[in-house]
Amino acid sequence: MSYNKRFDGRKFTETRPMKAKTGVVKNAVGSAMFQIGKTRAIAAVYGPRELHPKHLQDPSSGRLRCHYNMMAFSGSGDRVRPGPSRRSKEISYVTELALSPVLDLSAFPKTVVDVFIELVQTDAGTRCAGICAASMALADAGLKMKDLVCAVSVGLVGGTPVVDLNYEEEAYEEGAVDIPIAMTPRDGKFSLLQLDGDLSKEDFEKALALAKDACQKIYEVQKNALKERYVEDKK
Amino acid sequence: MIKTDYIKELARKGERADGRKFDEYRTPITVEFGVSSKSAEGSARVLIGDTEVIAGVKMELGKPYPDKPDEGSIMVNVELLPLASPKFENGPPSIDAIELARVVDRAIRESGSINFKKLCIEEGEKSWTVIIDIYPINAAGNLFDACSLAALAAVKDARLPKLEGDVVDYKNRTDEKLPVEKDALECTVYKVGNVLMIDPTEDEEQAASARLTVGVTEKGRICAMQKGGYEKLTQEEIIQMVDLAIAKTAELRKALENGKLYEI
Amino acid sequence: MGEILVKEKEIVAPGDVLASGMDYIPTDGAFRDGENIVSSLLGLVYIKGRLIKVLPLNGVYIPKKDDVVIGRVSDMTYSSWFVDVGYAYDAVLSLKDASSDYIERGADLTTYFNIDDFIIAKVLKVNKSMAIDLTMKGPGLRKITRGTVITITPQKVPRVVGKMGSMVSLIKENTGCQIVAGQNGRIWINGTVPDMERLAVKAIKFIEQNAHKSGLTEMVKTMLSKEAKK
Repeated sequence: MSYNKRFDGRKFTETRPMKAKTGVVKNAVGSAMFQIGKTRAIAAVYGPRELHPKHLQDPSSGRLRCHYNMMAFSGSGDRVRPGPSRRSKEISYVTELALSPVLDLSAFPKTVVDVFIELVQTDAGTRCAGICAASMALADAGLKMKDLVCAVSVGLVGGTPVVDLNYEEEAYEEGAVDIPIAMTPRDGKFSLLQLDGDLSKEDFEKALALAKDACQKIYEVQKNALKERYVEDKK
Repeated sequence: MIKTDYIKELARKGERADGRKFDEYRTPITVEFGVSSKSAEGSARVLIGDTEVIAGVKMELGKPYPDKPDEGSIMVNVELLPLASPKFENGPPSIDAIELARVVDRAIRESGSINFKKLCIEEGEKSWTVIIDIYPINAAGNLFDACSLAALAAVKDARLPKLEGDVVDYKNRTDEKLPVEKDALECTVYKVGNVLMIDPTEDEEQAASARLTVGVTEKGRICAMQKGGYEKLTQEEIIQMVDLAIAKTAELRKALENGKLYEI
Repeated sequence: MGEILVKEKEIVAPGDVLASGMDYIPTDGAFRDGENIVSSLLGLVYIKGRLIKVLPLNGVYIPKKDDVVIGRVSDMTYSSWFVDVGYAYDAVLSLKDASSDYIERGADLTTYFNIDDFIIAKVLKVNKSMAIDLTMKGPGLRKITRGTVITITPQKVPRVVGKMGSMVSLIKENTGCQIVAGQNGRIWINGTVPDMERLAVKAIKFIEQNAHKSGLTEMVKTMLSKEAKK
């Protein structure tokens, strides 16, 4: 194995430092910020609200709609052209799938819950940071959820299984495999799984095994931030 | 409309719903630099009351315009994200977003705040374009002033990226700041009923019949204007609005000087 | 043996396990998952005998029968008004529920309620697909013509009202304002002087911000008397 020390000195099983906060967009019903390393996402929830066009309305439940976007200056190179791209549309879609299994909108027939995710600054792992922020924002909005959703990217860098790849690792010359996952922490099931790269089944299992511990840590950060706003000032 | 009526009635009595004077900004006005320091060449976050705006600068290498072969250029873009207000929708830029961007652009461009000649690397061949992208995060009134302040703050925060021949190395930034030679900022004065006020809340904006944005340099000179709203203004009103804007941009400038590094 | 794993009024998040074993029963905001009772909301836990529930701290307004709400007339037809009450879809106020007067067919309905008028109304019924009917028949239900309407988180309205209306009475006494708190989070405030209206708004926002804290009444009293001295 060629990659035996991480660029930023982390342990292979260690995520980058995390910070989280709720109530960051006052106009929204619920909102949250989630930062992991230098990747920072803001999510805002609006709704349940009226859904147009009408044919999308589900008479038995509300719908979840996610919108992922990178701010024009948030990329790690050239300016990102504003507006939806094929990439952002796909990420929005898998984000919806990652969050839907926990969300119960049956009390709001025909409505939509919009989640807007904006990346202010990126250093890889953006869809996962977005899902973490979105999951918190949905809870902050007082919606019913069976669990929170925690997301992180795991993978291989130069053949070594690692957690939470940064941009430098993703771009590692001797090859990297990126596996963004989302997990519901109570039952350890996966609601997002994508993979970019080339690896053996054994290495895949090793990488997945790392995800669970990382998600537990993310879960603690999310939960603490959600409750923090309501804890009585300690004097 | 009870909210509008209420605001107009208060204005007649010389009052505002939140108790401010007509010429008073919401406090504090906060400027923070480096909100996207990893990705953007320059960035800033501005808070005026509940209104929050983020701006970022990307430097792009390009060819000068044929009519100005020895100059770089700027481009200003405002995105009214549906994240920032239930009133904003996805889709192509609305006229509000376009107007905001053009009005912010005008003050920086026309004041000569940026010395474009110094952004030219090779006459007729190579020059820098300063691209300023502005994103309201929470739209709660007075986006014009907040966007103008955020744009200038981001420009002042910016450092040129390293240049290796024709390739920009975005990962490595130099210590070189942008050639900012003047500080143009905008203050917008609104007419509500028969009074003039600054820094309206959303409800006050709704009740306003006209507005005038005035770009002002640090020397108190006027560098840009935009009248908005459907009502006409008298010459006296315009002069009063300009006076007010000149006086009040000093407060925005002070907030910029007191700007700190962004922390979560 | 069942075991409660949280304290009364503890703040919990979705997915938090509240109790184990089969002795307890989940109600609002909680559900059973195998051996455990789990919270489905960010909220406060309440335990009553064997029942466990979680009340949310935030959210949009969810209409219920008999709620008094403050609405804005958004549209009208020849026989009804559409009223925005803060839910995803407008509520309907039909002619027969709009007034105890006899309204003749073809009468000019704008003389009763016009678009953009604010009204204090009551939720007559909510059906399964969340279609909402309003009525104006009842004490205190009427059109608002003066004062201002502010919006707070609907979940905080019970704290603004207080036990048996004690909190809202406290604010009324200290500010001399008329106040009606709609269950939908819209609160009408009408006073004779702007200063007192502002004080009432300030007190309500203070309650909204501190709604989850204990000793709120005392905090509001202190705040009001401090402001009165200014």
